[in-house]
Amino acid sequence: MAMRRYDLRHYPSFKAVTLFCLFVLYAPLLVVTAYSFNASASITNWEGVSLRWYVEVFTGAESEKFKSAARNSFVIALIAATVSTAMATFAATALLRGGRFRLRMLSFGLISLPLMVPEIVTAVATLIFFNALGVERGLLTILLAHIAFCIPFAYLPISARMQGIEATYEQAAMDLYATRAKAFTRVLLPLMMPGILSGWLLAFIVSLDDFIITNFVKGAGVETLPTAIFGAVKQGIKPNIMAISTMLLGVSVVMVTLSWLISQRDTTK
Amino acid sequence: MHLQPDRPIAVDIRDAVKTYGDFTALKHVSLSIQDNEFFTLLGPSGCGKTTLLRMIAGFEDVTAGEIMLFGQPIADLPPYQRPVNTVFQNYALFPHMSVLENVSFGLEMLGQSTAQARLRAGEVLEMVQLSQFAARKPAQLSGGQQQRVALARALAPQPKVLLLDEPLSALDLKLRKAMQLELKHLQRETGITFIFVTHDQEEALTMSDRIAVMSAGQVQQLGAARDIYERPINRFVADFIGDTNLIEVVVTRVENAQASCQMTGGHVLLCEAVDGVQSGARVHLSLRPERLFLTQAGAGPDGLRGRVRENIFIGTDITTIVALDQGPSFTIRASNSARGNARVFAPGTDVVINTEQGAGRLLVS
Repeated sequence: MAMRRYDLRHYPSFKAVTLFCLFVLYAPLLVVTAYSFNASASITNWEGVSLRWYVEVFTGAESEKFKSAARNSFVIALIAATVSTAMATFAATALLRGGRFRLRMLSFGLISLPLMVPEIVTAVATLIFFNALGVERGLLTILLAHIAFCIPFAYLPISARMQGIEATYEQAAMDLYATRAKAFTRVLLPLMMPGILSGWLLAFIVSLDDFIITNFVKGAGVETLPTAIFGAVKQGIKPNIMAISTMLLGVSVVMVTLSWLISQRDTTK
Repeated sequence: MHLQPDRPIAVDIRDAVKTYGDFTALKHVSLSIQDNEFFTLLGPSGCGKTTLLRMIAGFEDVTAGEIMLFGQPIADLPPYQRPVNTVFQNYALFPHMSVLENVSFGLEMLGQSTAQARLRAGEVLEMVQLSQFAARKPAQLSGGQQQRVALARALAPQPKVLLLDEPLSALDLKLRKAMQLELKHLQRETGITFIFVTHDQEEALTMSDRIAVMSAGQVQQLGAARDIYERPINRFVADFIGDTNLIEVVVTRVENAQASCQMTGGHVLLCEAVDGVQSGARVHLSLRPERLFLTQAGAGPDGLRGRVRENIFIGTDITTIVALDQGPSFTIRASNSARGNARVFAPGTDVVINTEQGAGRLLVS
């Protein structure tokens, strides 16, 4: 119990710093969420609780634009997350189960480096890349870009998971007459499933939320939810933007929570 | 016990070598393991015993040499094409499958239908008395139960050879002893050749038909448990198997196959000569503590004279340490019985160490 005094919680101004951080992080989100339920057309005056802006999102003048953007966003996120998760799974299998090979350490670095590269650099580079190839910008370019930058995000939980799976499971499977492929599908893959699901959810949310890269590689007239919101905000912030943002926030929170919960499940125990 | 001519050779290891970079894990090992034999690879950690087992299973490639399984070379086959199964040290039970699914896995991989495989798996589970746990996940079982599931899983496909990699090391003493007997019985019942790896000499002696004692990537001695215990061929084996008094001696005379061995302090002991021992040789003498007994000095024939230093009570036995006059110290073990206790003397008593016939074993290397 003597340890208690040296606990971080007993440092001077611990409480103040904590509250300040929490305030900076969450106050804006709380304000947006609260005002999305505002009955007023003004974004600053509170006139009572109402769902009118949520109704507005689905039925208002701009609803078609937002619906199509949302559809684009979800379709892209779904495909990008699936493809990038598959690629990340193969990458992790090769890197962690492929034995020693030349450039293994370099490969580890290369697959996670994109996380460290400033997103604007990636965005510009991707745009130049598509231009050089003469690919017309549109949904396909957005999708390809999303698949690429989602791979490291999907890779992280998958490789973390695989590192926790001992190689003896696969050896036991092969000892019991399973070919390499069967050992992979019957033993390694089920054990990796929590990591794979967690990677997929992470990739999905990263794709769904992405603005910078999307904004560079999207063609004229093609919108995803983040670019549509940005476009709308340029003409002034209206409460319906807050409603959309709040719904997007909700989806994100649910997905991240799911991802975390799944990664906590340990099927090896 | 040597090779029996009427039994085929199950596993024939011919001049097997294993190197990792510039480290040599196995140096030209040759072993013939007979069908229906309980064979043990015994040695300290790092002696190459597990490497050899993994080479038979197919998890390690063979740097040089050949491994034959019932006459067929298998060194180039992947693990899933070898009719051998392994019980792993940490069991490696598939955590996402039930006990029954674990046990039927190998059968399904061999192409049996799920129903057929489950039927056979059920029988094997019955054999290891785990039928009532078939639906459980491995994590819901105790260590001893998991051990038996691992055994059932490896036995279910009826392998020609079962490989066991220190499977009992995680169990507590009581359970380990019970499992040793169970393994021995299972081996007799199934008639499958068992190759067992352990560093526990007592375990090896308890279960094995034959033992290969390994050290530094080589087989030091191969033989039946009793042979190895009573006739170790070198210091390593004598010291590794059981407790022994290893005494440095000079052979002063060899006559009628008896060698006179002189130790420091001028004490002399007669023992059976072995090949290669000549007068003047500096060798070691191994004397098992339970083959020695004490008499009070002056009460009987004279022998190695010394004084009792200490008595240590260890339950079944009493261990006495006796120092010879200006000579080496000996450990002597008497059973904790009326007969044994009559041969225990208080510290400080002058005693004579007597040796039973054939108790001493000369070791030239």
